[in-house]
Amino acid sequence: MAWFKKARKPMGSATAEKPSRVPEGLWVKCPGCAQVLYNKDLESNLHVCPKCAHHFRIGATERLRILFDEGRWTEHHTGLASTDPLHFTDTKAYRDRLRATIDATGMTDAVVVATGRLEGLDVVVAAMEYAFIGGSMGVVVGEKITRAIEIGVDRRQPVIVVSSSGGARMMEGVLSLMQMAKISAALARLDRARVPFISVLTDPTTGGVTASFAMLGDLNIAEPKALIGFAGPRVIEQTIKQKLPDGFQRSEFLLEHGMLDLIVDRREMKAVLARLLRLLGAAPAPVEPPVEMATAVEADQR
Amino acid sequence: MPIDILDFEKPIGALLKEIDALSAQPRTRERQQAIDALERRLEATRSEIYGRLTPWQRVMVARHANRPTVLEYASRLFTEVTEISGDRRFADDHAMVTAFARYKETPVLIVGHHKGGGGDTKQKVYRNFGYAKPEGYRKALRAMKLAEKFGCPVLAFVDTPAAFPGVESEERGVAEAIAVNLREMAALDTPIIVIVHGEGGSGGALGIAVGDRILMHEFAIYSVIPPEGCAAILWRDSNRKVEAAEALKLTAPDLVRFEVIDAIVPEPPGGAHTDHDRAAALLDEPLARALAEVSAMDPAARLEARYRKFRAMGSVGIRES
Ligand SMILES: [Zn+2]
Repeated sequence: MAWFKKARKPMGSATAEKPSRVPEGLWVKCPGCAQVLYNKDLESNLHVCPKCAHHFRIGATERLRILFDEGRWTEHHTGLASTDPLHFTDTKAYRDRLRATIDATGMTDAVVVATGRLEGLDVVVAAMEYAFIGGSMGVVVGEKITRAIEIGVDRRQPVIVVSSSGGARMMEGVLSLMQMAKISAALARLDRARVPFISVLTDPTTGGVTASFAMLGDLNIAEPKALIGFAGPRVIEQTIKQKLPDGFQRSEFLLEHGMLDLIVDRREMKAVLARLLRLLGAAPAPVEPPVEMATAVEADQR
Repeated sequence: MPIDILDFEKPIGALLKEIDALSAQPRTRERQQAIDALERRLEATRSEIYGRLTPWQRVMVARHANRPTVLEYASRLFTEVTEISGDRRFADDHAMVTAFARYKETPVLIVGHHKGGGGDTKQKVYRNFGYAKPEGYRKALRAMKLAEKFGCPVLAFVDTPAAFPGVESEERGVAEAIAVNLREMAALDTPIIVIVHGEGGSGGALGIAVGDRILMHEFAIYSVIPPEGCAAILWRDSNRKVEAAEALKLTAPDLVRFEVIDAIVPEPPGGAHTDHDRAAALLDEPLARALAEVSAMDPAARLEARYRKFRAMGSVGIRES
């Protein structure tokens, strides 16, 4: 059946020039309820199935568009790239894999760091990109998230990290592992500065990402039914030599076991984040002059 | 104690057998000379083989059943070793040892994974083969907070395949337990020396491995994933573990180059498992030196240096335009 497309592959990861989202006019079958959905409707519903509320995976750009007021933000630290420090090669060279992923996604690595306003509150958001080598955390992801936290410390602005990652990036070896310690150390400083850190966990969040910043939120908030865990389900099944029950390592399971503060539907996420940040003491930023005016002033001074 | 002979150690095994056979016979002058000659050849053979170990061979050495455990180092280097137990929340995890002890007059806290090495199967099961659960990481943190409170340096001995990948680990939040340790150890106001002496198995190792100095044994490994797991995922064939071990750059010399560890602790010629006494003696000097260096620092400067150390991790692999 050619007229609809399996929607398992991550969508909406793209920059404006390079949309990798499912092209308009295509139909998507919901893995939750098997309903065939018009893609445009799905998109206007933030990629949540209107019938069963299944949350489709979305990319970092889409995420930022949902969270920031008027879909406007400033991106930071875009010039960082991995040098392939291990000269890693498996069935193909990591260098080539990286190049191909950069070309396909238009991104330099698996996270976007942005500042902007969320319901008028100044915030720092780091959004991970699952389409970029499984959202895996190597040295660039580690460095960018650390810098996002440092922006939060410097400007005293709440930090929100939206996780979507299979964990540490194998091809950068123990350097990837060390990013867990690096980011956690930065979070210790944010913690002492009493600036809020909210971890938003989306499908999937596993491995070294879960075992570092994703579990260290002052508040840990997950999207419904996201896979969240340390060891992957397959590894656990090999350990215990039996099938895992349905719902194991899903958001609802983690909430029940005390690891999350709340589960929030994507369509409510922005409002809930804003409310919580206000309750934790964040105050709305002063209204900024329109961009044109700021530019004009700058020009006048020259 | 008979020592397991690894595949690539066959020449060593053959010499050991000859020595054993000669030693079993009544002692004569000639026989003793023959034994002495064999011992010399043994030492030379060991140095030769261990001088050119492949990464995968190092993995096998790091996992050797007779590799000294944290408690074997403790009994040789420390006095008044007194184990403490429990996380005060759920259980006592035997895969994680916590003990107060004295190291050259100074009270210290020892924290370390224990695989049950050198013991029988029952011992290994008791220690869960060194796979710590959330309660193990929380036990370690509880003990480290005590060390901070009472001004004891922390000596963390790392030797684990991984954190326990089981249902109860996930239920009780092993990821959270490790994450909290990473954050708290970064700011723990007491000297921390980390010794990766066996298998540094990913997050399970890192969960007690944030510190002011990171020492690593000559034939130890430290990796983001076991080579078998890496091979299964990237090569889709766990038998490609030899290549994976090569690619992962998990050896001590690699990690010096990547500025992940500070110093390599030498081992006896055939590996730490051949001679625990000598292995402990070889650790003593670098450990004492590292501890003296960081203990002499002003506490605030030490914490700042620890932060900078980890803040810089991975910079060697980044290009910024
Ligand atoms: Zn549906």
